[in-house]
Amino acid sequence: MKQEKEKLKILVVDDEPSILMPLEFLMRKNGFQVFIARNGTEAMESVNSELPQVVVLDIMMPDVDGYEVCRRIREKKEMSGAKVIFLSAKTKEADIKKGYAAGADLYIPKPFSTRFLMEKIKELTGTVSK
Amino acid sequence: MNYWLVIGVSFCYLALLFGLASWAETRSAAGKSFVSNPYIYALSMAVYCTAWTYYGSVGRAATSGLEYLAIYIGPTLMAPLWWVVLRKIIRICKVQRITTIADFISSRYGKNITLGSIVTVVCVLGVIPYISIQLKAIASSLSVLTSTTMEAEAFPDTSFFIAIGLALFTIVYGTRHIEATERHEGMVTAIAFESVLKLVVFIVAGVFVTYFVFNGFDDIMAQAVQLPDFEELMTFRSEGGYGEWFWMIFLSMLAILFLPRQFQVAVVENVNEQHLNKAMWLFPLYLFVINIFVLPIALGGRLLFAPGSIDADMFVLAIPLSQGQGVLALLVYLGGFSAATSMVIVATIALSVMMSNNLVMPLMVGTPYFKTGNQDRLTRFLIYSRRLCILLVLVLAYLYYKGVAEYYSLVEVGLVSFAAVAQFAPAVIGGIFWKEGTKGGALAGIIMGSVLWFYTLVVPSMVGVSMLPTSVMSEGAFGIALLKPFELFGLQGLDYISHAMFWTMSLNTALYIGVSLLSRQTSQERNQAEVFVDIFRYSTVYESSIIWKGTAYLPDIRSLLISFLGEQRTESALQTFHRKYPAPESETGLADPKLVTYAEKLLSGVIGSSSAHIMVGSVVKEEEISIDEVLDILRESQQLISMNNELRRKSKELRLATGQLRSANERLKQLDELKDEFLSTVTHELRTPLTSIRALSEILYDNPELEREDQEHFLQTIVKESERLSRLITQVLDLERFESGKQELNIAPVQLREVVKESVEALERLIEEKGITLVVDVQQNLPPLLADRDRLIQVLVNLISNAIKFCNPEQGEITVSGYWIDGQVKVNVMDNGKGIDQESQEQIFDKFYQARNQNIRKPEGSGLGLAICKKIIVSHKGRLWVDSEPGKGAKFSFTLPVNVPVPAAKA
Repeated sequence: MKQEKEKLKILVVDDEPSILMPLEFLMRKNGFQVFIARNGTEAMESVNSELPQVVVLDIMMPDVDGYEVCRRIREKKEMSGAKVIFLSAKTKEADIKKGYAAGADLYIPKPFSTRFLMEKIKELTGTVSK
Repeated sequence: MNYWLVIGVSFCYLALLFGLASWAETRSAAGKSFVSNPYIYALSMAVYCTAWTYYGSVGRAATSGLEYLAIYIGPTLMAPLWWVVLRKIIRICKVQRITTIADFISSRYGKNITLGSIVTVVCVLGVIPYISIQLKAIASSLSVLTSTTMEAEAFPDTSFFIAIGLALFTIVYGTRHIEATERHEGMVTAIAFESVLKLVVFIVAGVFVTYFVFNGFDDIMAQAVQLPDFEELMTFRSEGGYGEWFWMIFLSMLAILFLPRQFQVAVVENVNEQHLNKAMWLFPLYLFVINIFVLPIALGGRLLFAPGSIDADMFVLAIPLSQGQGVLALLVYLGGFSAATSMVIVATIALSVMMSNNLVMPLMVGTPYFKTGNQDRLTRFLIYSRRLCILLVLVLAYLYYKGVAEYYSLVEVGLVSFAAVAQFAPAVIGGIFWKEGTKGGALAGIIMGSVLWFYTLVVPSMVGVSMLPTSVMSEGAFGIALLKPFELFGLQGLDYISHAMFWTMSLNTALYIGVSLLSRQTSQERNQAEVFVDIFRYSTVYESSIIWKGTAYLPDIRSLLISFLGEQRTESALQTFHRKYPAPESETGLADPKLVTYAEKLLSGVIGSSSAHIMVGSVVKEEEISIDEVLDILRESQQLISMNNELRRKSKELRLATGQLRSANERLKQLDELKDEFLSTVTHELRTPLTSIRALSEILYDNPELEREDQEHFLQTIVKESERLSRLITQVLDLERFESGKQELNIAPVQLREVVKESVEALERLIEEKGITLVVDVQQNLPPLLADRDRLIQVLVNLISNAIKFCNPEQGEITVSGYWIDGQVKVNVMDNGKGIDQESQEQIFDKFYQARNQNIRKPEGSGLGLAICKKIIVSHKGRLWVDSEPGKGAKFSFTLPVNVPVPAAKA
């Protein structure tokens, strides 16, 4: 379907089901094609197969952490235009710096405002409401 | 062999010795000392091996067998102890400028003149027999070599001239310098040379007898077996034999320390204490080597000569002679001559210094003539008195030889000397290790020992030569049976040496200790006792640790020193002192008390310590000081050293403390990091449910049009996450209380069955929902536990709910069991889940441990549950652990101790 193809692909990565649930709802409601991953490995699989335009990343995950996932995304040529947003409970200055150093476009500490998150995603993807 | 040829060779040999000594002294003056090495030192100690060894051992071996070895075993056993005993004596003598054993003893007991002179007299009496046997050996060997018979009654005979010759030689040789502390490098060189000569010649003679006269050791032994008393010679006599060996060994252990000549070479002539290290094994080695051929020569002599035809003492000379080996015989004679002369030279020098310093000088300096002046004449007087003493000693030795020694074997006479010097053992050994030993004790011990020595050893020998009636021996002195010299106070069954040693040593020691304990020390004695016993502490600050109080004028002291040391040496000695203790020249001309001590020490080296004390006393005005003062001042001077040590210790302590602080800091840092980590983990764990709650709430708020199903789902999650949040907070607080020790337990008797029942009931619904098979098996009639009931339930609920989460999802099985084992109650909670791998088994009890395997990660849970369980069980003095294998389920177990006789058990 044509309409479906125009939809931006977004990958949401978090190991907490109770956080994935609202994120998935939000993205879907805002017209994204949503993919879900519950750890770093799943995230990379999804990145490789779907090449999403936006990735929302948790940092503390059981296998590969968010920083590493971000770095791998940045190494990938096909993902050069993709936006990466960290969504993390790690709120220390050093953690945030590390996130940007890994190549993130944005770092949002948890708990977050759903409105703020969506605004920022739209800003980044240039789909600010016309 | 021509008589005059042998005499000529003997004198040439003495001239050679003299030349050697002069050469060594010239070298030493040029700074190329030949003596300052441990080998020369050890060789000079071999002056122990005299004609007694050279001739007498063979004689002893030929008549009494192996017994001759005892006097070499003693010194060999003593050698390892030198580091403790001899080193201390050396240090004391260096510091105090002590030159003889008499001076040593008198110094230790307050520089007492009486004690010094008694020791001197005992030494002279004791050593003269020893010197006499050297004369005897020379005379006998000369007569054997030249085949002349000794005319016992003739005077003057050869041995008289030998004695006079040796006296003159020793006078020229030994009294050129008056200061006795000045080492005799020439003499030591000559002695070392003589030690080499006697050893080499003796071995050559031994090889000759063993391999040329006979066909080796085997041959001699094979032939000797036919001797009628062979077996007796080669075995210990069973009757009293061991006792005799013991006393002989003991005797020679003391002799090696206290014989005046051994004291001279080992202590006075010692250049460096470190030389003892090598001497400690070189000297015993020398003794061993020189004894190798004693037995072959002795047995060879017995085999070659008809019994009684040749004196066994002369076998070593007689064998080469009988084989027509003239040159070898002459060499052997020279070897014996060297063994005898070395002993005579060293012993007479030592005795003469002792006599002049302890007998003559104290008498002289006490006379008004010397007290009021004329001190400059003392020096010359001293030299002449020493020369006279040398002559006197040798004449006495000659007379003893003619009167007594001629009729006894070398060894018999020698042992009498050993026993005499052994009498110094209690006073010397006690003096350097026991501060309480007093002058009275030393005097009493030495006098008693010496009198008994005289009575049990000398008197019998006088009876033997008919100087005393034989009734003394058979009936006891004055007809009192208890006073028989060989069976004193009725003691029987010992040979005469053991008998004498037993009585002299035991009564000597007993009196020394007993009188010392009963008598009091003077301040001077106390001072010396402290310095002697603790010499290694005082030796560096000696001048300041000797107590002297009084008024002294520098000019007086200077002139006193000049009269003994001469102008030049006095000035340089005073300069040395001022360099060491710089002090402004006092305007009043008063001398520093330290200088008085220093001057006395300088004089001690020349005239002995007690005389020096009198001399110094004559020019200064000394004040009596109390023992308390002595101890105070000693303590002060000791503080100098101890302060130094203290500083060293302090800085070591500081270093240690720094290290400890650093590691404590490290630990704190680690704890801090742990705390930080904990905090950030806690906040992270708090943020997760909070994030979910906030996001879901916002969604619900922003989307009122949401379908009811979704709304309910979101709201349910919000409630669940809120519960999680509050649970987490409760647990964090719980944990904190346990960690800080603030958690109090409501200990009361608890029935395990009830607790388990209650815990299971709380989870019953969940278990049913999941279709899990639960088996509860708690032993009946368990003694009540003393525990906090609620906390115990908390643990059980936690463990069972973990089991519920992790057991097999299809066919879950959980077993809870409880029973009594090894004096405690054990509870198991077992599931049939995936199990836990080995490396995680310890870590799951850590806070916030997240199992690496995502699949067994707790779907919900704070990560604090097991940590809290562990805290609870440990605070009950129990143990919580897990047994598991991956794929075979997990069994969590805990034990709780039970106090069996609990009165309140029936609660």
